[in-house]
Amino acid sequence: MLPGVGRVLSCRTEAPDVVTHRIAWDGWEGCAPGQFNMLGLPGLGEVPISVSGGTRTPGEVLHTIRAVGPVSRGLAALKPGAALTMRGPYGRGWPVEAADGAQVTIVAGGLGLAPLRPVIRHFAETARARRVRLVIGARSPADLGFLQDYDDWRGAGIDLALTVDHAPPGWPGRVGVVTDLISAGPGRTVAYVCGPEIMMRVSAMRLQALGVDAGDIFLSLERNMKCGAGLCGHCQLGPVLLCRDGPVLDWARARPLMMVEDL
Amino acid sequence: MMIRDLGEVIGQHRLFAGLDPAFLDLVAGCSANRVFRPGTVLAREGASFDHLYLLRAGHVGLDVVAPGRGRLRIQTVGPDDVLGLSWLVPPYVWRYDATALEEVRAVEIDATCLRAKCEADPAVGYAVLKRFMQPIVERLQGTRLQLLDVYGTPR
Repeated sequence: MLPGVGRVLSCRTEAPDVVTHRIAWDGWEGCAPGQFNMLGLPGLGEVPISVSGGTRTPGEVLHTIRAVGPVSRGLAALKPGAALTMRGPYGRGWPVEAADGAQVTIVAGGLGLAPLRPVIRHFAETARARRVRLVIGARSPADLGFLQDYDDWRGAGIDLALTVDHAPPGWPGRVGVVTDLISAGPGRTVAYVCGPEIMMRVSAMRLQALGVDAGDIFLSLERNMKCGAGLCGHCQLGPVLLCRDGPVLDWARARPLMMVEDL
Repeated sequence: MMIRDLGEVIGQHRLFAGLDPAFLDLVAGCSANRVFRPGTVLAREGASFDHLYLLRAGHVGLDVVAPGRGRLRIQTVGPDDVLGLSWLVPPYVWRYDATALEEVRAVEIDATCLRAKCEADPAVGYAVLKRFMQPIVERLQGTRLQLLDVYGTPR
């Protein structure tokens, strides 16, 4: 629970209000895809931020931050050389081993692409041997993050499809909701979905309608977290403490919880 | 023979998959196989709704022109989608422009012809309507999601 000190090495703007920091942290030994760290600023507080890169690189980690509250705004505004507090990794990540022998569908909405990057990297290494489809949805073309990765993913054999909700004149790509691009199969498909909760809900329903088993659809849920280690109960979702039991749950477990208003 | 072939093509589209050959032939009697070059305008907002399209390959952009904002793309549709869902609803006019973004292969259905067959045989009309309800509901649900602006920052 004792935080270490990280130092920002470089910053990259992904989209309006969204920045990726490359952070040096002596205490970092890597993590499983989908786990998160608690990032903080003295006097402001801490927030949970998913690891968007560096899961296999001790000493260096990537975090992608959207500036929405006082702490995240402070973190997003950090420049190279700035210090921050860090502790982690926490939580259960994406069960990539569940897709052994199966086709893979990855659905990312908005900033949900950040926690999925390590998963995409994992499956990029096996994309030639099976079908890996990556569907990315965003509000507008300007909100599509990690553009520099797209060519690498396509080059690795990933079937990448993009869509935006709204587009200015001249946008040559798709316009429409991300669920329109979701496909599954042939054969057993395992899906990894991350984005706004309502988008994950309709995506999971769509996947199920396409024949994907509820136990093979994995979502990353988000609630207010404080300790990050299953002690304080801030992130309780019914019987689940998301920081300890999640943030990744399968749809069979998440569905009844996500259907409860205000839970 | 030509009609039989077209019926098979129509039966491969998601909209009419699984329907019996007699029904597919009936739809084929109102249909033609078409290929559109990139940039071809398939429909103009306000124009009479003469045809609808079962898309087989390629994408089509749906645009509206808003005063002061120019041409806005509201959606793209592609393989296994239907272009033109309001062919059964008076006054039978297009509500947007539709332009081929790449080479588009589609089954073009004469809307007046299909409406007449639906009117003449209520069983056919009901079967057609049931099939069209699926993309209509999907489009409605998709539009709701777009309106919700789910990717926006909560204020």
